[in-house]
Amino acid sequence: MPIFRLSPPFLAGANRVTIQMLQVLVALVPAVIAMTYYFGPGVLINVTLAVVVALITEAIMLKLRNRPLKPFLSDGSAAVTAVLLALAIPPLSPWWMTVIGVTFAIIFAKHLYGGLGYNPFNPAMVGYVLLLISFPLEMTTWLPVQSMAEQPIGWLSAVQLIFTGQFNGLGIDAYSGATPLDAMKTQIVLDRHPEFISSQELFGMAGGLGWEWINIWFALGGIWLIYRKVISWHVPVAMILALLIISSITTLIDPTVSGSPLFHLVSGGTMLGAFFIATDPVSGSTTLKGRIVFGAGVGILTYVIRIWGGYPDGVAFAVILMNMLVPLIDYYTQPRVYGGATR
Amino acid sequence: MSAPLSDFPGGLKLPGHKKRSTQQPIRKTPLSKQLVLPLQQHIGAAAVPIVDVGDKVLKGQRIARAEGHVSVCLHAPSSGVISAIGEHAIPHPSGLSAPCITIETDGEDRWIERRQIADFRQHSAHELRQIIRDAGIVGLGGAGFPSFIKLNPGVHHTVETLLINGAECEPYITCDDMLMRERADGILDGVEIMLFALRASRCILAIEDNKPDSIAAIRYALTGRPHLSQTKIVIVPTRYPTGGEKQLIQVVTGKQVPTNKLPIDIGIVCHNPGTAYAVGRAILHGEPLISRVVTVTGTDVPHAGNFETLFGTPIKDLLDFCETKRQPDEPFIQGGPMMGYSLAGDDLPITKTANCILVGVEDVAPPAQPLPCIRCGDCADVCPASLLPQQLYWYSRAKDFEQTRNYNLFDCIECGCCDYVCPSKIPLVSYFRFSKTEIMNQQREQQKADLARERHESRLARLEREKQEKEERQRQRKAALAASKAAKAKEEGSTNNAESADSVTEEKA
Repeated sequence: MPIFRLSPPFLAGANRVTIQMLQVLVALVPAVIAMTYYFGPGVLINVTLAVVVALITEAIMLKLRNRPLKPFLSDGSAAVTAVLLALAIPPLSPWWMTVIGVTFAIIFAKHLYGGLGYNPFNPAMVGYVLLLISFPLEMTTWLPVQSMAEQPIGWLSAVQLIFTGQFNGLGIDAYSGATPLDAMKTQIVLDRHPEFISSQELFGMAGGLGWEWINIWFALGGIWLIYRKVISWHVPVAMILALLIISSITTLIDPTVSGSPLFHLVSGGTMLGAFFIATDPVSGSTTLKGRIVFGAGVGILTYVIRIWGGYPDGVAFAVILMNMLVPLIDYYTQPRVYGGATR
Repeated sequence: MSAPLSDFPGGLKLPGHKKRSTQQPIRKTPLSKQLVLPLQQHIGAAAVPIVDVGDKVLKGQRIARAEGHVSVCLHAPSSGVISAIGEHAIPHPSGLSAPCITIETDGEDRWIERRQIADFRQHSAHELRQIIRDAGIVGLGGAGFPSFIKLNPGVHHTVETLLINGAECEPYITCDDMLMRERADGILDGVEIMLFALRASRCILAIEDNKPDSIAAIRYALTGRPHLSQTKIVIVPTRYPTGGEKQLIQVVTGKQVPTNKLPIDIGIVCHNPGTAYAVGRAILHGEPLISRVVTVTGTDVPHAGNFETLFGTPIKDLLDFCETKRQPDEPFIQGGPMMGYSLAGDDLPITKTANCILVGVEDVAPPAQPLPCIRCGDCADVCPASLLPQQLYWYSRAKDFEQTRNYNLFDCIECGCCDYVCPSKIPLVSYFRFSKTEIMNQQREQQKADLARERHESRLARLEREKQEKEERQRQRKAALAASKAAKAKEEGSTNNAESADSVTEEKA
């Protein structure tokens, strides 16, 4: 092939943003299937709706900002944001919540900061947090797993509940319930011992019925991404270890304040956060040491918010708080360059 | 037997594409009708012509002398007549012209008398360096730094290790590989001389593990050389940029060259095998540097290979000789695909630093507009200098040169690994070069401004001093005047007194 560029290097590797984003989407597939299995087709409807809205919003914003459509629409970043957000919100959330969350994420968290590569905060988590603090009730009532539900959710009921809020005269609240994380928190307030709480059926083997498997599938997808070199191991390992250590210490000191360390690892958004949210390159730290600090910070804050905060899960807040610290972390974790020059 | 190898951070495993040009032995490029020799084919001051248009010259005759310390001589690569001394296009990325000597060859290729030294140990190191300088030898790895300087340990340094860099890590290039395979003895001749000149005992020949034939050839040539008992071959893993001087030193010795220092500061001097070979030819055979082995390869070169080519040979002749399929205006690469530069025209001469002519590459970098940086950090992972290219890019783009220096921009060796892995296909190295140039320009401007300010200040000081001196002189003159006036007045006064005194005495009388 004749060369195109006029300055070196004239070679280029196969690495592309689009390929990275597509691999992230592929890595999410097993967990999406697992979530659909446990919580019904609402998950798929949410994901589809979110992706469509994200692409439309992205296109409008690119147009308004006079940016070329093709390279940026096809980079896949909007779709990744949409899917991550859709997986974080309850499976039967009303359609307008998905729309609000996704458009806010794309417009405010991404494009108003300059679009791809310039957003200081993780767009999916900004959209999620907006929904969480605006509609706390809707956002914290999840569905029980299908096997425990009195009325399992089918396609028809899922569509009707998401788009009309009703099915057979019943609202969403008739179908929904607390997540294991939520249940743990509320029951600890009632002075129940975590060990007793975890023996309930809702809590499954370790992290909650269904939830533990969903987390495992997220983790497996993430490990594949590490294997494919799309993400590095630093952030997930640091986050998981930090969460494990802080929860172990707390449990050793006072076993009545929280569920077991294992419960925290495979419950809620831990693995989604560790492998797919905190590893967002744009809003995360870029140095190797920095990634470890960043991941550990997310792990510790997640636990602190879960135990002492007002919300059942803390991954989203933890990520956004750590996003704020990224410039500082990057500054203080620069590697030693060849020859020993220091700043 | 050997110490375990160290490692450098980052780097890339690149497809080598080396077999393409190693299928045939080194061949001689046919003599061209015209040879164009730029006066500057090395780092330092350009050589100064010592011939005139119309002069007949012999092969190996000196045609330009070294100017200043950092400079080398230039020789006629073949016999013929000097037809021009003036500007000619040179192989430089800028496409500029530079002063050149043009020789119309006569086809006889007749040598000048050569002074051969059978036993170089009878000569002083200084004499040998002078011969090497007069032979026009520069680093043939690509930079073209005068070799005699790097063979002078000076009084402040002790050279422990001579490192022969046979890594040749860039894809496609095989000229060192073929030279080591075919002329291992000649290279070792040069190594002996280099060790003698450097007063060093130990030599390490570092060769990447993708060159088993070279390793075998050197190993065979090493047997039965008592003076090279301390010389060993170190097989280094094939990884780009292992052949970078700093990286190779780290791999072989585990030491890093400190920032703003040279390898000699840690007792190491690094030379290319081609340079060693040239040194051997110059001392033992009296042949100045008038040709080199050039790899001609690439996807558009059907008869790729290595060619011993006289300097000044038009690249066009060499490409025609290899039956290259090249569109008339298609740019090609001199050097490797990672650190070489592109040339547009082919009416350009082969020079001392032309290790490879590359026409067409696989996995070519796209011309497409880059996407924004997503801070993935892949560039930092592959950087052999442990820099943070994404930060450097950020500040280069913002033209915040102060910050680029804080992030150690000048430790960038421009190897291009960051460019290669960037998922957004940002031309990072181009940004870094831009910033380096801007900073150097700023420094030059700053120096000029400083000089102008100093000059202005010293002028003001001088004027002030002159004014004060003038005032001082005036004051002194005034004082002197006043003093003399006073003296006069006193004198007058005293005569008056005397007169009155006289009158008094008269009255008394």
